[in-house]
Amino acid sequence: MEIMMSILIGFLFMAAVYLILSRSLIRIIIGTGLLSHGTHLLLLTMGGLGGKSAPVLADGVTDYADPLPQALILTAIVIAFGVTAFSLVLAYRTYKEVGTDNMELMKGSEDND
Amino acid sequence: MSMIFAIFLPIILAIFIPLLYKKAKRIHTGWFVLIAPLILVVLYALYIPSVMDGKTFSEEMPWIPSLDISLVSYIDGLSLLFSLLITGIGSLVVLYSIFYLDKDKENLGNFYVYLLMFMTAMLGVVQSDHLIGLYFFWELTSISSFLLIGYWYTRDRSRFGALKSMMITVFGGLMMLGGFLLLGIMGETFSIRELISQAATIAEHDLFVWALVLILLGAFTKSAQFPFYVWLPDAMEAPTPVSAYLHSATMVKAGLYLVARLTPIFALSEVWVWLVTGVGILTLFWGSFFAVKQTDLKAILAFSTVSQLGLIMSLLGIGSIAYHVTGDLVTTYTFATFAAIFHLLNHATFKGSLFMIAGIVDHETGTRDIRKLGGLMSLMPISFTIAMIGSLSMAGIPLFNGFLSKEMFLDATLSLQHVGLYSMDTWWILIPIVAWVASVFTFVYSLYFVLHTFRGKHTPELLPKKAHEAPIGMLISPGILATLVIVIFFIPNFVGNTFIKPAVAAIQPSVYALPSDVGFKIKAWHGFDSPALYMTLGIFLVGYLLYKTLPKWSVAYSKMPAKVTLNGIYDWLMMLSESGAKQVSSLYMKGSIRSYLIYIFGAIIILLASTLWIKEAFVISFDNLAPIKFFEVLLSLLIIIGTLTILITKSRLTAIIALGAVGYTVALFFIIFKAPDLALTQLVIETVSVALFLGAFYHLPKLNKHEKGKEDRKFRLTNFLIALGVGVMVSLIAISAHSQKLVPSISEYYKKTVYSEAGGGNIVNVILVDYRGFDTLFEIGVLTIASLGIIGMITLRLAKKKGENKVENK
Repeated sequence: MEIMMSILIGFLFMAAVYLILSRSLIRIIIGTGLLSHGTHLLLLTMGGLGGKSAPVLADGVTDYADPLPQALILTAIVIAFGVTAFSLVLAYRTYKEVGTDNMELMKGSEDND
Repeated sequence: MSMIFAIFLPIILAIFIPLLYKKAKRIHTGWFVLIAPLILVVLYALYIPSVMDGKTFSEEMPWIPSLDISLVSYIDGLSLLFSLLITGIGSLVVLYSIFYLDKDKENLGNFYVYLLMFMTAMLGVVQSDHLIGLYFFWELTSISSFLLIGYWYTRDRSRFGALKSMMITVFGGLMMLGGFLLLGIMGETFSIRELISQAATIAEHDLFVWALVLILLGAFTKSAQFPFYVWLPDAMEAPTPVSAYLHSATMVKAGLYLVARLTPIFALSEVWVWLVTGVGILTLFWGSFFAVKQTDLKAILAFSTVSQLGLIMSLLGIGSIAYHVTGDLVTTYTFATFAAIFHLLNHATFKGSLFMIAGIVDHETGTRDIRKLGGLMSLMPISFTIAMIGSLSMAGIPLFNGFLSKEMFLDATLSLQHVGLYSMDTWWILIPIVAWVASVFTFVYSLYFVLHTFRGKHTPELLPKKAHEAPIGMLISPGILATLVIVIFFIPNFVGNTFIKPAVAAIQPSVYALPSDVGFKIKAWHGFDSPALYMTLGIFLVGYLLYKTLPKWSVAYSKMPAKVTLNGIYDWLMMLSESGAKQVSSLYMKGSIRSYLIYIFGAIIILLASTLWIKEAFVISFDNLAPIKFFEVLLSLLIIIGTLTILITKSRLTAIIALGAVGYTVALFFIIFKAPDLALTQLVIETVSVALFLGAFYHLPKLNKHEKGKEDRKFRLTNFLIALGVGVMVSLIAISAHSQKLVPSISEYYKKTVYSEAGGGNIVNVILVDYRGFDTLFEIGVLTIASLGIIGMITLRLAKKKGENKVENK
């Protein structure tokens, strides 16, 4: 299972990097979204996927899933959400101010670099 | 007075100079400045008798004791001679500058502060026994020299000259520091005296030749040796007292001092002998050859200085052969060292006076261009006399001290025939020949300098000022130096016993334990059997003929291509480094984020892939895997389909929905992998995110509007390859990492203690708020800042306001 997940995560990373390298601001933000999905799944996978039960204490259960990666992912999800929301609004404002969403056009000019 | 305090006396006085300059405006600041070198010259003169007896003095002041760095002032024959030169010529130069620089027109505060700073730096260089201390003062001389050359900072040429000298001497200084550090590593000490005591073991070390070459680079750049002399002629933009002091008598001799001081360590190497002698002889010839070409008085003197420094350098090189020979030959070659130090002293006297005369001519006529000058003999008789004495001494004519040292120089070059070392038995003959030719040119430019300035036709219409004799105060210093030139000729052995022998004993400690053991006598007359006599006669004869025919052959100089000069190479190197750096950075700093991302991702791929490859780190293990279930395969397919949809769709809405689908599938994964809290959060956040995306996208343009046909194919291919690389690397590393777990997880602890220690049942939540509550605190901080940022971006419209006040901002 972990090997299959690793390959799936690699695929998510590939798609994310491909989107991040494109010209359109929107595609870049979508790319970061996919990148965080990939990262969260990677964290989970590396913790091991063999747990039989959710990490909530229950009578008679001994084989819990590893709780630590889950706590880490929970933190990461919230932070990724904060950053995504911020960059979305930033993209929106950029488009309003600059008038383009083409990253190749957003360069420093000779005067202000 | 404490020896270390004496070194710092000038710079301490410098602190008060601006105050004196501001408060005592009626008195020329130079009179206050004169105190320091006068006190010091007396102080150092008091050391002479003891140093003549072979005593040395040392005083240590800890600076950074934990690193074994201290300021050590060490006085022996060599450092005493230099200290006396620095303070003696320093006094004369300050005196001269009092009359040379106008107290109302010039910013004297700056001038004397720099000059006093330089004096301390120079005394520090020659008295330091600690290499790091020596380097500290060495760079201080570079900095104060930079400030002095650029003294008239409103002139372009001054700034250019200052920068050039800074670049070259600091380059050399840094190389030298490298050499010092290597020496420190080899000898495990930075004390020069201790290094000398273990010279034999250091010479065996692998780093020895490196240290030697690096330190010589420092010495050659400072002492204006070939090919680093180029800064010296440009440094002539400095006020003349500075040229006389720094660029003839003291700073340019710091390199000679260093070579002399480290001779006992490095002379055991044949590389040293060859480099020092060869570079010196080449510089001697080159400088004297090009001095004839110059039309500016100070430029002639600058090239002449270069040439004479080369002469002294080559003598030091010949002198270090004494370490390689035995028997009578030892004294034959230490004689060269003796000649070197003697000429060093003589050069300081006559070159100092000549610079001062050049300054006087400039001051009284308004020009230094030798083509405009002439016939000043009757107008400026005293200056003429002094210039004549200086020039004839430089040319090596009897009755002046230059004659004595030039004879000794020729003798020393001829003595090379006795060395059976390093193919010097076959090549040695070149050295006296080159030396002889260089001496002929020296003769020519010496006559050219003095006769073209003071003889010939006077052309007042070419001169900016009406020429007249300089005020008497300005003539005192060059007068004293010119007197010394003659006095030294008549009492050379007194000078030799007092100053030269202690210095030679310091350079050749293995040969002479005491200064009185140095048995040389300086004779003006060597007898008819001396080959040097006939060489000197030849110099006079050929030199005179060449001087007479000068206008006929000097046109040859202008035929030489200007581009291959060393100045041309320096300019080209400077331009190359500037434009080259600009080209390189404009090559990769394109301003496009995509290209930077490509560098970043490319670097990630290359570094990770090569590490995997080199360390053979890729491992795949099928143990310890969870079984693959049908449902999970289905979810994986869903994610792949969703992702592919995002990649190929042309519609914004489809992309958002597909991203949402991927997010929800991830939530389903969380459910399958027993992570209920994650699934919950993921579902909520994905929903909010999709809503946000929809809200924002409503205002954003279409997705694929920037893709254009053929050109785009290459663009997308690059992106695909980079993306593929990153994806493959992540997969490979994930698999390898999972396949070789080294230690068990710490989660067992959480599972066991979650109820007993924290009183909770949901382990993930207890970790978040109890075991690792700090993470959560700052994650809350992140969310707060993100929301504040969003509010700020939406409500603040600074750019709009800027637009309204465009005129003010631009």
